[in-house]
Amino acid sequence: MSIADIVGRRHKGPAGYPEFRREVRSFLAGEEFEPRCDAWLIGHDPEFSRRLAARGFVGMTIPTRYGGPGRSALERYVVVEELLAAGAPVAAHWIADRQTVPLLIRYGTEEQRRRFLPAIAGGECSFAIGMSEPDSGSDLASIRTTGHRVDGGYSVSGRKVWTSHAHRSDFMIVLCRTAALTEDRHAGLSQLLIDLRAPGVEIRPVRLLTGEHHFNEVVLDEVVVPDSLVVGTVGEGWSQVVSELAYERSGPERLLSTFPLLVELVRALGDRPDKGGAAALGRIVAHLATLRHLSLSVAAALEAGELPLVRAALVKDLGTIHEQAITETARRQLALEPHVASASRLERLLAEAILAGPGFTLRGGTNEILRGIVARSLGLR
Amino acid sequence: MSALALLEETLAELFERELRAAGATPDLLWRRLEEAGLTLAGVPEAAGGSGGGLEEAAAVVRVAGYFAAPTPLAETAFLAGWLLAEAGLPIPAGPLTATAAESISLRHANGGFVLEGRAARVPWARAARSVVVLAGGHVACVPGEAVGLEQAENLAGEPRDDLVFDGVALTADEARPAPAGVDAESFRARGALARSLAMVGALERVLELSVRYAGERVQFGRPIGRFQAVQQEIAVLAGEVAAATAAVAAAVESCDVLAIAVAKIRAGDAATKGASIAHQVHGAIGFTEEHELHRFTLRLWAWRDEFGSEEHWAVALGKLVAAAGPHGLWPLLTATKEEEHDG
Repeated sequence: MSIADIVGRRHKGPAGYPEFRREVRSFLAGEEFEPRCDAWLIGHDPEFSRRLAARGFVGMTIPTRYGGPGRSALERYVVVEELLAAGAPVAAHWIADRQTVPLLIRYGTEEQRRRFLPAIAGGECSFAIGMSEPDSGSDLASIRTTGHRVDGGYSVSGRKVWTSHAHRSDFMIVLCRTAALTEDRHAGLSQLLIDLRAPGVEIRPVRLLTGEHHFNEVVLDEVVVPDSLVVGTVGEGWSQVVSELAYERSGPERLLSTFPLLVELVRALGDRPDKGGAAALGRIVAHLATLRHLSLSVAAALEAGELPLVRAALVKDLGTIHEQAITETARRQLALEPHVASASRLERLLAEAILAGPGFTLRGGTNEILRGIVARSLGLR
Repeated sequence: MSALALLEETLAELFERELRAAGATPDLLWRRLEEAGLTLAGVPEAAGGSGGGLEEAAAVVRVAGYFAAPTPLAETAFLAGWLLAEAGLPIPAGPLTATAAESISLRHANGGFVLEGRAARVPWARAARSVVVLAGGHVACVPGEAVGLEQAENLAGEPRDDLVFDGVALTADEARPAPAGVDAESFRARGALARSLAMVGALERVLELSVRYAGERVQFGRPIGRFQAVQQEIAVLAGEVAAATAAVAAAVESCDVLAIAVAKIRAGDAATKGASIAHQVHGAIGFTEEHELHRFTLRLWAWRDEFGSEEHWAVALGKLVAAAGPHGLWPLLTATKEEEHDG
């Protein structure tokens, strides 16, 4: 892979889609919610999701023949970044919209698409991700959840962890081993669609140092999954998962988790900040604007049918570090002792951002793993 | 291959050939560039340039940065040629440079003009046949011999000479009023964009050198690139190059002062971090005069401070953002040319 490919000189970002922006902003103007950092993870509001869906902003890339708005990934990108910049509560439909829709469009059966896509577009059906396990985080291929062949399907047993909102989701896409482990560690993995209300599913909360409960441990004890709910090809789960990663790693959620805090920082610094405040603000905005261009160039490449996995990894690495940098800049510019229960929005957002910070560079592939991917593409590994 | 890609390739081939040739001199290099019609890329043909637009001019500057070309390509086309074309003045042959130093005054005298004052650190002044001056709301083209010169250099040894205008007389047609939008501020922004482009070129080279070195240098029985610590650092370097490239590409596309501020800040930060990582990867040998790494890192260190450092542009950008206010931040980040025309 050439350096030009990685660095992406030849990819331009797309145009602005001003009509969509206006529509989303007008929708948001009519909504009342408290902006939050990390809103795509902690802002869980099914009613908001339904209202958003009614305006055609959920499952935007679902084709019209499956009851969706039939929009492009770039149009979805614009809508999503508007929602995240506003700190809107999008968590209830987030996984379904970001992961499940492209997965089913690409690998789902006709029956699966007909069953799930219209419901997702209506904001009526939510999904969780069942990938990580207590002993398998960065080393995802080492997962031990297994699917044994039974009559008409699989019996799935194992433990999944870090499953956001599993306790209030309808379904979970589980990565499990359906064939015995061989020398090729990536072979024999499959993606199965599990009903979280099925017998054998037990969901236990995992509380974070932030005080939030959105993560869970999901214990699967011989959960029966019919063949009709195998996603894609049995044994090909690994390559299916990898293809999702370019989408997952480079999106606006990797840049904008702390944007609501940045807005409050601008408010707090006023319209005539001192030199230090102006410089700090200018630097943060320069890095953010740059990251947005990078992220958009990946989105444009994806739209053009390419799979810029390395550039997506770079976006996530740089973007998530910058999300943390916004928090630090805000902290240093303001002499506060923030708390999540403060009456001041600024203090609440700052506290939220500080507490949520470590997660940015861990979730969706740790930054160290991502750098390893970049290093490999440069021929160093 | 697109016309732009062909331009880049032609220029790169020329640099490869000329910079490695025995007896290579900056004068000879310039002559080859002029013969190939590459010295006025991006300047309109009607004004005497080789045509094309900002994209072409930008590509030339970036490729010159990649080769650390010891020649005022950026100054000639991007700055001097731009000023002359905007003012409707003919473009003379030979290497050019430009200055908009506010310490130079222009006054009317004897039916023409007189230039007075001192311009500090004019890039490549000693190599330039003519100096284009933006002063007193006018653009003037001054023959090199008419100006006093005191030699100085930047960290990379590139000429940054002081020029002394001691009552330099110009005829009426040797200076023209600068059109709206051409002033000291826009000149500085243009220069900042030029340096940002050059830094992107140099950063690409620095990344290449680091990857190559990590693959070749063997210690503890394996190439040092096999160690995770080295891999992680080079990956960070790649990220900086990607970021700088994206920021500068966006600035070339929109060419507004906000985008240029973003580009200069981001490229400057990338230059700082990138040079640091490259030297760390190369170890002691990369620190020597003999090794080629310094040809690029010295330039990165010099260029990041020219036409406004990251701090200067961050203050400017921060003030712009603060003036837009909390509700103006996101619209500022998402505004596009189309919207500006709609609005």
